Amino acid sequence: MENYKKLRVFAEEIRVETLKELAHLSFGHVGGSMSVVELLAVLYGKQMNINPKNPQWEDRDRLVMSKGHAGPALYATLALKGYFPKETLLTLNQGGTQLPSHCDRLKTPGVDMTTGSLGQGISTACGLAVGNRIMGRKSFTYLVLGDGECDEGQIWEGASFAAHQKLDRLIAFVDLNKQQLDGKCDDVLYMGDMVDKFTAFGWFVQKVNGHDLQAVDQAIDNAKVQSGKPAMIVLDTVKGHGCLLAEQTFPCHHLKFTSQQIAPSIAQAEAALEAARKA
Amino acid sequence: MYTVKSVFEKETQEMRAVYCQTLRELARKNPKICALDADLIGSSGMKAFFEEFPDRAVNCGIQESNMVGVAAGMSAAGMIPFAHSFGPFASRRVLDQIFISCAYAKLNVRIIGSDPGVTAAYNGGTHMPFEDMGALMSIPQITLAEPADSVQLEWLIRQLEKEYGVFYIRLLRKNAIGVFEPGSQFALGKIARLREGTDVAIAASGILLGEALKAAQMLEAQGISAAVLNPFCWKPLDSDTLAEYAAKCGCVVTAENHNIIGGLGSAVAASLSRTCPVPVEMVGVEDQFGEVGAEDYLRQRFDLTADHILRAAKAAIARK
Repeated sequence: MENYKKLRVFAEEIRVETLKELAHLSFGHVGGSMSVVELLAVLYGKQMNINPKNPQWEDRDRLVMSKGHAGPALYATLALKGYFPKETLLTLNQGGTQLPSHCDRLKTPGVDMTTGSLGQGISTACGLAVGNRIMGRKSFTYLVLGDGECDEGQIWEGASFAAHQKLDRLIAFVDLNKQQLDGKCDDVLYMGDMVDKFTAFGWFVQKVNGHDLQAVDQAIDNAKVQSGKPAMIVLDTVKGHGCLLAEQTFPCHHLKFTSQQIAPSIAQAEAALEAARKA
Repeated sequence: MYTVKSVFEKETQEMRAVYCQTLRELARKNPKICALDADLIGSSGMKAFFEEFPDRAVNCGIQESNMVGVAAGMSAAGMIPFAHSFGPFASRRVLDQIFISCAYAKLNVRIIGSDPGVTAAYNGGTHMPFEDMGALMSIPQITLAEPADSVQLEWLIRQLEKEYGVFYIRLLRKNAIGVFEPGSQFALGKIARLREGTDVAIAASGILLGEALKAAQMLEAQGISAAVLNPFCWKPLDSDTLAEYAAKCGCVVTAENHNIIGGLGSAVAASLSRTCPVPVEMVGVEDQFGEVGAEDYLRQRFDLTADHILRAAKAAIARK
């Protein structure tokens, strides 16, 4: 359990840093950044085989953040891992920054793939998994999809391809936070049950509480040891989780706020971090 | 350097056979070379590659968008992918995937779009790309090339093993008119000069190059001296050589198996307007959709013959 205490601290650090990063310009993709915080903590805090001192290390595990608008949460994670100084986080979205609104492999140390045009990350992740297999590497490719993103047809092209190719070193997640830009996913375009869908496509599928560090971690362990299928872990999450303002706003995909409006959310996240440290 | 043949005849080998053979030779020495297709191996002539390198050949099924993304991902893992589909499905259908997953991400991908323009013949208008190069033209730093014969194609494929970036190759699958002597070497982004002339410069690409050479001979019989150029790279376009010939000849004719809007004609005119403005006449498809029929019928139907080039040359000269 000591391990999960550390991961909880890491997760709350990511949350606080992400909120401060977004607060600096008073707008941004708050909701979808908050909902993947625990996943990023487990991946970068425990599961991924990486070397922050050598971001281009060929044998590293890679992450494709296909829901590229969650960049701010990934940047906070990478900064905390030492890929670049924490102060860089305050340059988010400003001219000449290394940290654009959507992930860019050329700009940010530690970002493995450029994303932002939704639906494309599943294909590039499949390509990484195929390429690494051909090159004889044992590395894993991690892929984070949004539930709204799954509206895109390319997701289902990639889903059939990954299963046909038996990409068992591809571990994907759907961040099932139930909201997209215009409202509830089920209202904008009902997609059905993600577990049923990916199961039907031939994936090894699990569903866990996406904010439960231990559950996410164990699901990844399970995914790593199964063979012959790509793995899908559907993360049951809350959009905006851990950010008071986002949790109280609907929809919360992209928020604009004053520093007064966001202050209680940051204070609450800092209190959660303090509590995690003392636990 | 390249050498131009003295007689221009239909080649004995299909272009697709040369493509496959060249890629197999490269792949034997370079383990990073890989091929992708979207359920068109039977058409692309790549069966032999897929049989020889089953671990490095991926048939993605009929999902071109995914194929382009997979190719981008494979290149991020260090491989050198060549991905094929018919021209329309390797360009307009996957424009955003080429734009974002390949070009914006600065990955290393070669896309082969086969059956340019009227050579799609019996597949008809849905499969007849008069817009593929134009659709991709505005992607920053992409290279667009249309090899004219098997010699140029083989050189290009070998060259692409060494290059880094995003490349779209407009590939004629069938037999081309042989223009260059075997072993000819070119330079990416540089025009090949086939024939010197002083009255008009004809810049022709793909299947129109043979027609341009015929037109030049017809013009010569009428006392008109025509230079023939082959800008096989539409992008980057060799502006310097174009300007040199515009200055020397005083007018230019472009000839392409493509819509002149967004195509070679537009690119040449845009270039010359900035370097050496002279009258430019364009032989190509005049903003129309393709249609079904025999290739010879379609060449006539869309005004893609030596006669049309000859008339355009005279019109250009008259405008000097």
